[in-house]
Parts: sequence; C-alpha cells; structure tokens
Amino acid sequence: MKAKLTDKIATFFIVFFALLIVAVLVGLIGFILVRGLGYINWSFLTSPPQTIRAGGGIGPQLFNSLFLLVLTLIITIPLGLGAGIYMAEYAKPGKFTSAIRLVVEVLSSFPSIVIGLFGMLLIVNLLGFGFSLFSGAVVLTIFNLPLMVRITEQAFRSVPKEQKEAGLALGLSKWKIITSVLFPVALPSIVTGTVLASGRVFGEAAALLYTAGMSTPRLDFTDWNPMSPTSPINPFRPAETLAVHIWKINSEGLAPDAAQIAAGASAVLVILVLAFNLFARWIGGVLYKALTASKRMG
Amino acid sequence: MQTTSFRTEHLSVFYGQYEAVKNISLNFPEQSVTALIGPSGCGKSTFLRSLNRMNDEISQAKIKGRIWIDGVDINDPSTDVIQLRQKIGMVWQKPNPFYKSIYENIAFGPKYHGIKNKKQLDEIVESSLRKAALWDEVKDRLKQSALSLSGGQQQRLCIARALSVNPRILLLDEPASALDPVSTSKVEELIVELKKELSIVIVTHNMQQAARISDYTAYFYMGTLMEHNETEVIFTNPENAMTQEYISGRFG
Repeated sequence: MKAKLTDKIATFFIVFFALLIVAVLVGLIGFILVRGLGYINWSFLTSPPQTIRAGGGIGPQLFNSLFLLVLTLIITIPLGLGAGIYMAEYAKPGKFTSAIRLVVEVLSSFPSIVIGLFGMLLIVNLLGFGFSLFSGAVVLTIFNLPLMVRITEQAFRSVPKEQKEAGLALGLSKWKIITSVLFPVALPSIVTGTVLASGRVFGEAAALLYTAGMSTPRLDFTDWNPMSPTSPINPFRPAETLAVHIWKINSEGLAPDAAQIAAGASAVLVILVLAFNLFARWIGGVLYKALTASKRMG
Repeated sequence: MQTTSFRTEHLSVFYGQYEAVKNISLNFPEQSVTALIGPSGCGKSTFLRSLNRMNDEISQAKIKGRIWIDGVDINDPSTDVIQLRQKIGMVWQKPNPFYKSIYENIAFGPKYHGIKNKKQLDEIVESSLRKAALWDEVKDRLKQSALSLSGGQQQRLCIARALSVNPRILLLDEPASALDPVSTSKVEELIVELKKELSIVIVTHNMQQAARISDYTAYFYMGTLMEHNETEVIFTNPENAMTQEYISGRFG
C-alpha cells in the first residue's frame, strides 16, 4: 500500500513538472506570437528598416540571420564532426585527450560577450576582417564547437560496438566503418546537435554586436557578385541580424513604431527557429532513410 | 577446391598483466567444425577473437605466440589486416546487421573490396543468402531494412554477410545462444552445410550443440587448453576427469 502511494505521488509530480514546462513554453511562444503576428506582412518581411519614420521592415536583418546561419554551419559542421569523430574513435585515453576535453568544456562555459570582445580584438581588428558576416560566423563557431564536438562524440560512442566489429570482421578500413557504418546510426543525434547549435545562431546578440556589427549596408538584392559591397551574399560586409536588430530598436530605436517592430521581429524570429528545426529534422530524416533503408529516423 | 591451413602455436593473450589465454597450440582442420567449450571466463572467446585480430581494438591486449593461416603469421607487421579479415568471417552472439537494407548488408563488403558490377553484386547477394538459407524468406524484400527481420533471420543474414567476401574460415561466437529453438536448429543445419567449404570454429555453451555439429572439441579451463580431441572421444571417453565433469554438467 505504501509503495503504491509513493508511486502515485511521484508520478503526480513528474507529470506536473512536465506539464509545467510545456505550459511555460506554449505560453511564451503564444505571447510572442500574439503580440507580434499582427505586424507581420509581406512588406514588413522584405523592406529595409527606417531610422526615424514609421513603417520600417526587417528584410535585410531576416536575410542576414539566415545567411549567417548558413556561413556558421559551413564552418561548424566539418570542424565539429571532425573533432567529435577524433575524440570518439581515434583519441587514446590519456593526458592529451583529457586536456582537449577540458578545453572544450571551458570553451562552452565562456560568456558570449567575452567571446564577442575576443572576436573583435582578434578577428575584426587584428586580422582585419572588420565588422562582417565572416567575423560573426567565426565567433558563433567558437560557441557552437563545444556543443557540436560533444554531441558528435556521444553520438558515435553510443553506436553499439558490435556494429564496428562487424565492419572490422568484413575487412573494412576504420575510415570506411566510420563513414558508412557508424555515421548513419549516429546521424539522428548529430541532426539534433545541429538544430541546437542553430538555435544559438538565431538567438545570439551579445557576441555579434562586436563582430557582425550593428548595421547593414544598403543591399541590392539583384547583385549576386559575392565581392561587391552591396551584394547580400558578400560574407565580408557588416550585417545586423534579427536578434541584434530587436535589441537595437528596443534600446535605442527612434522610429515611432519601434515597439511594434520589435514585437513583429520577435515573432518572426520564433517562427524562424521553429521552421528551421522542422526543416533540419526533415533533411535528417531523408538522409537517414537513404543511408539506412529505414522508414523513420531514430 | 582451395585448401586452407589454420593453426595456433603457443598462443597467449594478455589483458595488461592478466593472462587470459595461456600457451595454446591448436590445429583447425579443413572442412570441419571445431567447438571451443568451457565455463564462462575460461578464455575461449578471447582466443576466438584473437584469430582475426579483433583484439587489436583493445589497447591493453597483447599477443604472444603465433597464428598461422596458409603459412602466414597473421600478427606479423607485414600482414595486411584488411586482406586477412576477408579470409576470416565472424558472427557474434547478438545479431548485428548494419543499419542498411538487406541487400546492402550483403553487398557492402564485396563492393568495398572492389566489385562494382551490379549484376555480379546481385549474384553474390543471392548466393550468400542461399548459402545462409535465407533467400526464400527475403527475396521479395531485399530493399527493406535489415532491422525489420526477426532475430533468427538477422543472425542468418549476418552469416550471409560473413560469406559475402568468400572467406576460408568462419569464426562463430555463440551464434545461436540468443535464438529460439527453431532458429537455433536452422543455424545448426547451416553450420553443418557450410563446413563442406570452410573451416569453422565455434564457441558454444551448449553441450548438445557441440556434440551435434562439431567434429573436434577443445575444452578450455582458466585460459588453458585442457583437452582437444575428436568430438566423439571427448563426449564418450574423455581423458581428463575435469572434461568429463564439465560436459556432464556437474560444474561450469
């Protein structure tokens, strides 16, 4: 009887806290969407912001956020996969490996503003890349790398060791086993890791203030030469992202509709994060299906 | 027919300081099944794993003595471990098909070792699955995931996969101990069929199984080879009293 009662109480609390978390999340997203959705329309999403007059949009910022994400992932995914695979499959236990692990852990606990300042000193000033998408992407990579490395390492470690042995016994090389036997099994976790890393790219503002900058040049969306200073796809131009823009208009916006723009931009940002999450899972699912002949991922 | 000679000579395996396998010399005759029996922890699985250098992956494992396959010392630095492992197939206790389609599971090894021709691959897939007595059950769903098969089918798929690279030797580590009786007898029939073409070494805890399918039996105890003889002799008239006790189930 007593065990049964304890079980009931424990179940109640577990379910209660689970529901509480869901409620907080739904409430938060709902609040942001309700406040912001009314301002979202095509011209808001495509037109550039206004400094003093009402009616500004968030077009360039929206584009910047997406483009910065692409740039960051281009740097983060190969580095993170490489380092994670090294840690899981090649690193021998010892001082050197523990040192790497310590560095990775320390890196992940750095405050973003400190990494931002470091990025400004090193990449923006010393190396001369200036306020640019590239500088921002490098700094975001510094944040995301520990996460990516750890998730990749764990994803590879959690593949049953029998899979690896089966590959070895067939006479496959270690590299072939990693890429063709272990990687497909590890893929769902790696996709989750990438989604988490991307969420931070969309949301980060502090570190980008000093690296990607707080302004966007007048962009000409018909100019696709990556070297031209007005081209949207030039990685070496300054770029204010959506998160930075929200911070800026909230703290120093002069336009009369600044509050509305901030609300609308916040809603767009939330939708963007959700949409990317679904998109990444979909891509991951297609890849997993192609690699493993399974119907569903996970 | 190709012939293969396969034997160990004073083979010892160490995990750090611990000597798990002690000075074992064993010959595995062509076209026959050798069963390795003994209580848990007696070193028989460690011994089996050293035969295709699976212990390479364990950094503290050290080998002393020699393993000869067709006159080549497999632990010699000049031996190509990838080529070596093509000659030796291995199947484990727990079925471990790749997370791929049934077809890919079989075609994967041959493809890696250089066979690109689709028709040739199809033939290998069919003949390997036929040899493993699985073809009729899966021929209509080769594109499906191997994980959709039952445990017994998965195990026969793993045997077919091992056969796909045309090995001369098959190492089986308790291949039927996780299977139901029907699947077990299928796997046993298969082993008897396969020995016509290969040398088979099987680790088993099932005395009846050893008696049913093996031609030779080696009894291991605490890392030492206690007795090795024809299976009939071991099971009817063993020299060693301990062997007698173990096979009659009085300990172990």
